[in-house]
Amino acid sequence: MINWRTALLPPALAIIFAMLLSSVALLISGANPLEAFATMGAQLFHGNTAVSTVNLAIVYYLAGLAAAIGFQMNVFNIGVEGQYRFAAVVAAIVGAWMELPPVLHVIAILVVAMFSGALYALLPALLKVYRGVSEVITTIMLNSIVFGIVAFLINPEQFGVLHGNNLSTAEIAPSGRIPGIPLGEAGTLFGFIVIAGALGYGYWFMLTRTRFGFELKASGESKTAAAAGGVSARKMTLAAMLLSGAVAGLVAMPELLGRDYVYAMTATQGYGFTGLAVALLGRNHPAGIAFGALLWAFLDRSAVSLESIGIPSEIATIMQGTIVLSVVVAYEIVRRADLAAEQRRVGRAGRNGQPAGVAEGGAV
Amino acid sequence: MTEPEPVVELTGITKRFPGVVANSDVHLTVRAGEVHAVCGENGAGKSTLMKILYGMQQPDEGTISVGGQVVELRNPQDAIRAGIGMVHQHFMLADNLTVRENVLLGAEGRHGMGRKARAELTKLAERTGLHADPDTLVENLGVADRQRVEIVKVLYRGARIVILDEPTAVLVPQEVDALFETVREMRSDGYTFIFISHKLDEVRSIADEVTVIRRGTTVGTVDPATVTSRELAEMMVGSELPSPETRESTVTDRPVLRISGLRLDADDSERAVLDDVSLTVRAGEILGIAGVEGNGQTELVETVMGMRKASAGTVELASGDGELRDITRLGTLARREAGIGYIAEDRHRHGLLLRQPLWSNRILGYQTRKPVSNGRLIDPGAARRDTERVVEEYDVRTPGVEVLAGALSGGNQQKLIVGRELSGEPVLLIAAHPTRGVDVGAQALIWEQMRAARHDGLAVLLVSADLDELIGLSDTIRVMLRGRLVSEADPATVTPTELGSAMTGAGEEAA
Repeated sequence: MINWRTALLPPALAIIFAMLLSSVALLISGANPLEAFATMGAQLFHGNTAVSTVNLAIVYYLAGLAAAIGFQMNVFNIGVEGQYRFAAVVAAIVGAWMELPPVLHVIAILVVAMFSGALYALLPALLKVYRGVSEVITTIMLNSIVFGIVAFLINPEQFGVLHGNNLSTAEIAPSGRIPGIPLGEAGTLFGFIVIAGALGYGYWFMLTRTRFGFELKASGESKTAAAAGGVSARKMTLAAMLLSGAVAGLVAMPELLGRDYVYAMTATQGYGFTGLAVALLGRNHPAGIAFGALLWAFLDRSAVSLESIGIPSEIATIMQGTIVLSVVVAYEIVRRADLAAEQRRVGRAGRNGQPAGVAEGGAV
Repeated sequence: MTEPEPVVELTGITKRFPGVVANSDVHLTVRAGEVHAVCGENGAGKSTLMKILYGMQQPDEGTISVGGQVVELRNPQDAIRAGIGMVHQHFMLADNLTVRENVLLGAEGRHGMGRKARAELTKLAERTGLHADPDTLVENLGVADRQRVEIVKVLYRGARIVILDEPTAVLVPQEVDALFETVREMRSDGYTFIFISHKLDEVRSIADEVTVIRRGTTVGTVDPATVTSRELAEMMVGSELPSPETRESTVTDRPVLRISGLRLDADDSERAVLDDVSLTVRAGEILGIAGVEGNGQTELVETVMGMRKASAGTVELASGDGELRDITRLGTLARREAGIGYIAEDRHRHGLLLRQPLWSNRILGYQTRKPVSNGRLIDPGAARRDTERVVEEYDVRTPGVEVLAGALSGGNQQKLIVGRELSGEPVLLIAAHPTRGVDVGAQALIWEQMRAARHDGLAVLLVSADLDELIGLSDTIRVMLRGRLVSEADPATVTPTELGSAMTGAGEEAA
């Protein structure tokens, strides 16, 4: 049974609240909020905005899944950012170097990417499990370090190639590319959407149907109870962190294998942090994360249109920020209301509508 | 003695919580200089009532008057100002401070920090029979002394009315006698006590008046000298009291669990938390472990469950063909799969996932076994169906199996756990405090289920602080003291007092 109220009410409340708050910001800056929102909405039907929104959402979805796997185990993997960039540069270099038949080439690149992402998450995982070092600290530090690693690897003296003024890795051969889905005028959809969908289903199946998923959730909720039930918290922390890193390794792949074919110094950053917000918004549920990713991508893509009517596009950033803050608060409020309602329901059970006496098993 | 003035009067107190009325129309009158017992089963509403009197919670209806004045107690500070103090069941002391610092902490305004405070403290220590040096750290004190420090703390803040919340729960019989002696002396000095308990013999020996609470409301106030224990018990339960007694012996000669020379070192030192523990539990036998809490029982249970790693010794468990198999090196899951059921002492920490539905909790510990799993994949449908069966068979009061475990009351949570652990066809059940904090109905049911399982050949290792439960259920009792099994008792002949002296080590030389 899915409790729709618990699932849908908080994000709806959060979005409404965020719209109100950004309306205030718009009014203060002298703009008409309704006009601004209408422009953003209309932008969706201009040119290739819709498809590029979905393409961006695919990337955010992968980052969101990576973060959500960590959240399930109470691991706060801020390092999705560093893990995906490390994986991207390694996969781009190895992918350009490899010569394999078409499908095999792609699979090999994806495996390298996942392996690299997991590898970059290994150090924080080991430090957390064996030394109790907070993964928040170690992954943030590794996020900074990755900048240096990328710069080093893309240097022409190592694996880089200089195109005009821009440094990047060598180009991946057509056999290693994932063909897009052409939608004519509207643009080309990343073929990676199929893989992202499968990954989302796999994530859902793992959590609800497999023993591993059960152990992960149990351990994330209560390490002690899980330990008494025969689940090692250490093993689960390690597994969650590595799995999160492996999925993070895929974050840059839609763009690398579907559009750019090289990884450059100028490649977009920050997907990892967006992933955390998206997972939070989607409450770690595969469908919720998809919704969060689409919303985020829409705000990012349509914000550009605000400039045309003289409104700073940063208003979209304000909305994103307030959505994250208010969704956390809203979930907590609805959760508490639900628990109280449930206790009342338990209290009424078998009492013909009367509250249960304490001695009869009512809660105190 | 003529009828003295009532000092505390509670009239028509009602307190509602989501889903339950914890107190409804409670009336309580306490006179100056008496020991007034408030009696009732676990969960009857005693604690809520005392929290209201101590200002920790506000009643929805009703009035409180102290010394003839109607007062409004918004917080414990108000209660202290009105002369009411409370000694909590779980002590509120800072272990790393000395006795004097603990008493003065937060009450520096009364007598300062210097000589005057010291003199007052000495006087109160004398009065309450606290013999510990005021400069010792509290962590070095025993439970009985800590309790006295709590009493001194309350008196130092000027309380004349002292609430003792289940003060004897943590004490052995000898310490209880000493506490009662102190209470009697202080009563003659004019202090008033409100004594919360559900132990009838204690209530009858110390109280001048008894008010009985049942299902959140006052059933009546009686003179303990004129009623029998049986009458009191019936007032409390509303029917006949359940008894933990097991009838005929079902002990076989087939060992199920054999522990030999088990040793566990403390995390931070060479000190042994368990030292050379050896015992055997046979099929159809309940082996009870008695002991003051903190003497290694928890560690013993967790070592047998594989949650702690033994430093030395072996644990063997009978496998399907009855042969003992060494399980010392196995992890918790493998031990559970080998046939150990586990009722943990702290069900919130070790027994349940509070934010998961009941059926999800049915899987915990059984995630590799039928019917809820095939080893790798979980079957939520089967888990739901089997949880419905447990709910039915073990009388778990819930509207359905989708309810979060945290929404159930303690008794119903425990029934769910017992049902789960007995569903895995265990050969050995480890039950740590199986009826702690559960209501009478659940207690009777849990005892009944354990007895039935024992009759079917289950071996049970029972750890309990409730001596009546231990004596009533066990076939053999072993006493644990400072990590060692020091003596053995026959539950057919032993009395709680004898068991109590063995638990403190008083009987060690004699044995």
